[in-house]
Amino acid sequence: MIMTPQDYIAALPLGIVAVTAFLVLLIEAFRDGSVRVTSWLTALGLAAAFFVAMTRVFGAAPGTAFFGMYATGAFPDLMTAVFCVSGILTVLLSSAYLGKEHLVQGEYYAVLLSAVAGMIMMAAAADLVFFFLGLELMSIAFYILAGFARGRLMSNEAGLKYFLLGAFSTGFLLYGIALVYGATGRTAISAIPSHSLALAHSPVFVVGLALVLVGLLFKVAAFPFHMWAPDVYEGAPTTVSGFMATGGKAAAFSGFLLIFSPLALNALPTLSDVISLIAAASMILGNIVAVSQTSIKRMLAYSSIAHAGYILAGVVAGNRMGAEGVIFYLAAYTLMNIGAFGVVSILESGDGTGVTYDECAGLSRRAPVLSGLMAVFMFSLTGIPPFAGFFGKYYVFAGAIGGGYTWLAIIGVLMSVVSASYYLRLVVLMYFKEGTERNSSVSVPAASLAALVIAAIGLLGLGLFPSLLLQLTAWCF
Amino acid sequence: MEQYIPIVIMIGVGAAAGIVFTNINRWIGPKRPSEEKLSTYESGMEPVRSARERFSVKFYLVAMLFIVFDVEIVFMYPWAVLFRQLGMFGFVEMVVFIAILLVGYIYILKKGALQWH
Repeated sequence: MIMTPQDYIAALPLGIVAVTAFLVLLIEAFRDGSVRVTSWLTALGLAAAFFVAMTRVFGAAPGTAFFGMYATGAFPDLMTAVFCVSGILTVLLSSAYLGKEHLVQGEYYAVLLSAVAGMIMMAAAADLVFFFLGLELMSIAFYILAGFARGRLMSNEAGLKYFLLGAFSTGFLLYGIALVYGATGRTAISAIPSHSLALAHSPVFVVGLALVLVGLLFKVAAFPFHMWAPDVYEGAPTTVSGFMATGGKAAAFSGFLLIFSPLALNALPTLSDVISLIAAASMILGNIVAVSQTSIKRMLAYSSIAHAGYILAGVVAGNRMGAEGVIFYLAAYTLMNIGAFGVVSILESGDGTGVTYDECAGLSRRAPVLSGLMAVFMFSLTGIPPFAGFFGKYYVFAGAIGGGYTWLAIIGVLMSVVSASYYLRLVVLMYFKEGTERNSSVSVPAASLAALVIAAIGLLGLGLFPSLLLQLTAWCF
Repeated sequence: MEQYIPIVIMIGVGAAAGIVFTNINRWIGPKRPSEEKLSTYESGMEPVRSARERFSVKFYLVAMLFIVFDVEIVFMYPWAVLFRQLGMFGFVEMVVFIAILLVGYIYILKKGALQWH
């Protein structure tokens, strides 16, 4: 047993993020209150990890490092880039938001970096045990972040609720991993597709995979396991909600692509059918309940359940197009959803009450730039070209049709129409209604504005030139 | 069924050991009970009282931190036993592991989590 430098180079993005987390923690310990330094250091570390990951995506052949524990290649590096973008945008949005909410503490950034490290471990897992380690690192960081506003009851509730339910779902996942190990005799993730045909009728194997499925569905907030999402997203600090809904979801979906790979799903048609029903139910429930919400944060929470349904359609497709569509969708979703939560975080008054639809009436007069950006995010979330959200949906549904799930694609398109009613209602309110507060203008902090502009440009760029990202996703599978 | 006999014996010995060890002081030890001694956690807080009051988290904080370093020792025992076989690889890995915990230790030390007052 000997570790080579190649092993450490393979895990370089993870190393950068982890070391930055330790540095932030040490700076916080020795220089209490130097949050400006820690926030910039966090953004810098994430940017470095992003660039290292991106330079390696093109032309990378899949392999493993650390004795078959750590997967290398285009897929983990591309997902790492998505997580880092999610983290950077969250950091940029957080600095002003935390100040407004009186939550300024350096630990926030250390915990955020730990969550990103956990996400990278999930996407780069070649072994179920390693995957579980990453999932726990991410989840525990999320439990802390959800309850970060200690003085607010809603935030406490969010943290506790997420922790209790999350710990419970982790139990399912771990038991599933144990059963899969019992059936295949290996913990390597590659053992799942290679044993799927032979063990398709083994109860231990199928029940094990079903339990793993339950654990992952909880993390992406899909239909029967979605109950926590609205309360947690509403109670958690808004920037954290955006981070959990994008980075956390992307990490859990990279777990889906690894464990429920096309090869495994094609060998287990029953499991595919179950996932397709869950996808349909998530789309229907998320979209229909979102229509009746008055709080924008809650609306975004229900819509995130619906988006989990759309992305599951790409997973269940069981083909290349669906899998590449999932990555594209996750990248687009990260930009548009963090953007939407970011706008909400700027509009919030600082007393933790959130923003309602009515409060957005006439917003375009008070904050023209902010309203324009919000409109971009809403159009993209609805799936209107030329924004990236449209192409994400297109590839996911095209994959589902190719995989024989035409009915799922039809439900998806119909539910996208339903989603237009609550996304575009906000745009209508902002631009075509008179607001009650006519005089107070909204001040937009520079760093937050930068984050929103980056997200909007990214959405437009990926929407006009989807091939930019598709060239990279093509190397993933 | 024969291969289960050692397991049955193991369970029997384990149960007997558990029963004997938990009861041996009740059988042969002297008993001079006082109110303080009879409480569930002699050094901790009262187990039964109104939940609607403030209580100090220090006790739990120390207990939590103790577990972290307890687990560290649990990992170091098998490492120490296999130190020669693992060689440089094992040494580097353990240094990394301890360095990570050290960062946490410095953090809790500077934040005053170990100060009782």
